[in-house]
Amino acid sequence: MNHYLSIFVSSVFIENMALAYFLGMCTFLAISKKIGAAFGLGIAVVVVQTITLPLNNLLFTYVLSDGALAWAGMPNVDLSFLGLVVYIGVIAAVVQILEMVLDKYVPALYNALGVFLPLIAVNCAIMGGTLFMVERSYTFGESVAFGAGTGVGWALAITALAGIREKLKYSDVPAGLQGLGITFITAGLMSLGFMSFGGIDL
Amino acid sequence: MKARDLLFVPLIRNNPITLQILGICSALAVTVNIKVTLVMCVAVTLVTGFSNLFVSMVRKQIPSSIRIIVQMTIIASLVIVVDQVLKAYAYDTSRQLSVFVGLIITNCIVMGRAEAFAMNNKPFPSFLDGIGNGLGYSLILIAVAFFRELLGSGTLLDYPVLPLLAEGGWFEPNGMFILPPSAFFLIGFFIWGIRTWKKEQVEEPDFKIAPNSKPQEA
Repeated sequence: MNHYLSIFVSSVFIENMALAYFLGMCTFLAISKKIGAAFGLGIAVVVVQTITLPLNNLLFTYVLSDGALAWAGMPNVDLSFLGLVVYIGVIAAVVQILEMVLDKYVPALYNALGVFLPLIAVNCAIMGGTLFMVERSYTFGESVAFGAGTGVGWALAITALAGIREKLKYSDVPAGLQGLGITFITAGLMSLGFMSFGGIDL
Repeated sequence: MKARDLLFVPLIRNNPITLQILGICSALAVTVNIKVTLVMCVAVTLVTGFSNLFVSMVRKQIPSSIRIIVQMTIIASLVIVVDQVLKAYAYDTSRQLSVFVGLIITNCIVMGRAEAFAMNNKPFPSFLDGIGNGLGYSLILIAVAFFRELLGSGTLLDYPVLPLLAEGGWFEPNGMFILPPSAFFLIGFFIWGIRTWKKEQVEEPDFKIAPNSKPQEA
């Protein structure tokens, strides 16, 4: 249990997807003008990340990795080169299914998340999470903790940035930095702040 | 649009990173060292060009409800080719790029240009648009990498330019340029520079700040 908890905490703070690995930056910078929208997108990322990571982990362990098809009587097959196309397919499918399920059973949540769900399929934080999971060869349990952790970390970062930007619009920014420029510099300062978690060893 | 415009407008006037907010993730993460950055730039430019070409070729056959999946499949196949070539011929560089080669799939430049340009244009202009946007991306990446490598480790393309204190020279490397946040600051300053030069890119502020006091009272 301790081990899983430490993976979770370190992926929320120390290895924050947005501020330490710069994943999901496009949406991070584009949809962080309002706290409400940013929070909704964050929740959607947590949900999708927690579902797709373990799913891709199962696919990798039982279908794609070298010799994984031994249970099907094909021990010499190595399909790992197909990884990228399979993972992105899983992500796109999960997003699509989630959209339909929410529409049918939880319309309130669907209306809140509606516009953001399709965007998530191309959010690199999701794909990046999967690729890191494969690179570090996490087990199934670890991938659940890692998925939830990276999702929560990303949601935390985008909500915090949106909070700062809502205050920032009252300040007198030089014309050339207005909008995107100052957002980059803000994100850089936040990233410096998150680096102070770096020395913590769990 | 003329071929020349398609190729060169995305360099400064409609740059994917500083104006369209596309493809930022990799711009920040792979710019510590110019050599790695160059490999990434070539990979992204080729993938963007060819994915635009192929998407544009089949654009009339794609039903619009599943177009994202079709585009993704085309892009993912191209990225797999790039990944396998890198692993075969430049294994060390591919190790350094780690997950970022795979992340070209979700690089919004590729998707964004396929969706915005290739879906409505003929194959050849689409190809040029892809290459042009790839070059615009490369321009910013190489500029960022130039400063990060020069100030962070005193070298350019691994060749020592500023002699380090540790090796008897005079330059004390600035450790912050090795760390990720410096890329945010550098791109922020590039945006400032470009927008000071090209005034039409400046964004309108949400609120105007009223002066503190009336001129006659002051």
